[in-house]
Amino acid sequence: MKNTEEIFLILKNNFPDSELTLKTDIPAEPFIIVSPFDVDKISLFLRDNSELQFDSLMCLSGVDDFNGQKIKDEAGNEIMQGGTLSVYYHLESTSLRHKVVLKTSTSRDNPEVVSVSEIWQAANWHEREAYDMFGIKFINHPDLRRILMPYDWEFGYPLRKDYQNPEFYQGMKVPY
Amino acid sequence: MSVRTEEMVLNMGPQHPSTHGVLRLELTLEGEIVTKVVPHIGYLHRCFEKHCEAMTYQQVVPYTDRMDYLAAMGNELGYAIAVEKLLNIQVPERVEYIRVIMAELQRIASHLVAIGTYGADIGAFTPFLYCFRDREKILHLFEITCGARLLYNYIWPGGLSHDLHPDFVRLTREFIKEFRPNLVELNNLLTYNRIFIDRTANVGILPVETAINFGITGPMLRGSGMKWDLRKDDPYSVYHKFDFEIPVGEGKMGTVGDSWDRYFVRVREMEESLKIIEQALDQLPEGDVTSAIPKRIKPPVGQVYARIENPRGELGYFLISDGSTSPFRVKVRAPSFVNLQIMDELCRGHMVADVVAILGSVDIVLGEVDR
Repeated sequence: MKNTEEIFLILKNNFPDSELTLKTDIPAEPFIIVSPFDVDKISLFLRDNSELQFDSLMCLSGVDDFNGQKIKDEAGNEIMQGGTLSVYYHLESTSLRHKVVLKTSTSRDNPEVVSVSEIWQAANWHEREAYDMFGIKFINHPDLRRILMPYDWEFGYPLRKDYQNPEFYQGMKVPY
Repeated sequence: MSVRTEEMVLNMGPQHPSTHGVLRLELTLEGEIVTKVVPHIGYLHRCFEKHCEAMTYQQVVPYTDRMDYLAAMGNELGYAIAVEKLLNIQVPERVEYIRVIMAELQRIASHLVAIGTYGADIGAFTPFLYCFRDREKILHLFEITCGARLLYNYIWPGGLSHDLHPDFVRLTREFIKEFRPNLVELNNLLTYNRIFIDRTANVGILPVETAINFGITGPMLRGSGMKWDLRKDDPYSVYHKFDFEIPVGEGKMGTVGDSWDRYFVRVREMEESLKIIEQALDQLPEGDVTSAIPKRIKPPVGQVYARIENPRGELGYFLISDGSTSPFRVKVRAPSFVNLQIMDELCRGHMVADVVAILGSVDIVLGEVDR
């Protein structure tokens, strides 16, 4: 069993070129911040290293960090410019019984994160959900389609904090 | 002479009696053999997670009920544990015990639906009626506790909405006494029925490595032979005080990890739940169940992932707090959502009729898949 600090040190030694940060100041749970383009390499290492063996992805969540600049668009609606969207990975080892949380942040205007669905199949639908709700594009994902919203939904990504309901959807009034 | 053949695409659902809700499975068939399954979900999507961001922490509780509506107590328990972890508060002993009793009664009720509808799906209608008769008694116990039969709003962050009804302990003991022989009856009627075994044994075999890689949890993972139960492996509430077994699939009728194994794990889990309830009733301490409920929930900035063993698997709540009275982000890791992903893997190479048998053994609740 290893705690997040020990796992962080192992990662730091094996990925000297990668940007890695350990966050422990926030209450409840520490996490490791990784770069969105190194997630797949680090994940593969976490899964296959004999000391770590993270064989299970418990949860993958997209988050809108809501840290950009608020501006008004032509219609007078408040929208967000700049800032970041984040993805949290909750990993667990069923054999060694330790857990770790990874976080990666990507720009809101062009959100791109490398997919981990090749490493853990469980990520497939979770990543589709994050794409559906936040518009985060997962590079190398085998089947990046909307999952919960209709396939022809063209009014943006509902869980973003600046999301506006459309007035009509297929001729039906939305705010009924 | 060669016969010209071609692939056929068949839509199962969104309205279909054995999809247990609105789910569409796009089946690609070669004759009777399924070559590909693409599940289409989202018909019940109401973006519960977005609602939460506009609510206070207390107001979220009734929404969690509506995810896995067959195991609403479990959903509330998971949410309450997550918020308590964020607030770093302890709840009184009595509250913990009552929560365990409710969660285990709910597990039995939920498994009874799973088993009953599974039988009905593949042609055994009588066990369905037997299961619903027993489930009715559990719903009655819930009704005298909090007034609701399906969506309870009973377990709150920090406590419970009501204490137990004065008759609750006596009625629960009576129920356990009545229910034990009914389980034997159910086994004779369905579990060891030759036709039922022929339909489920060696169908939809799930190897344990695949299951872990797909994030499968709950009775499905245990059906594949892995002893993994969060009540023992990552204990929450007061589960460490009780003595119970974790049933796993043994391949008794076919191969380890087939549909029959998944089914039988559920049957045996009900017996274990009865044991837990009995022990909890014996040890039930006195006390006030509302004393620790915070008047105003305003957690510090932070994030927490809390998880419990729901009847369908690992139910996780990922909460982020920005220091205000409503959550900044709520992500629910719903067990059915993750478990449903495996359909393609399990169904490939089986007959169309087996799709129903496999889907029933996965045991999904669409309210939770779509949230």
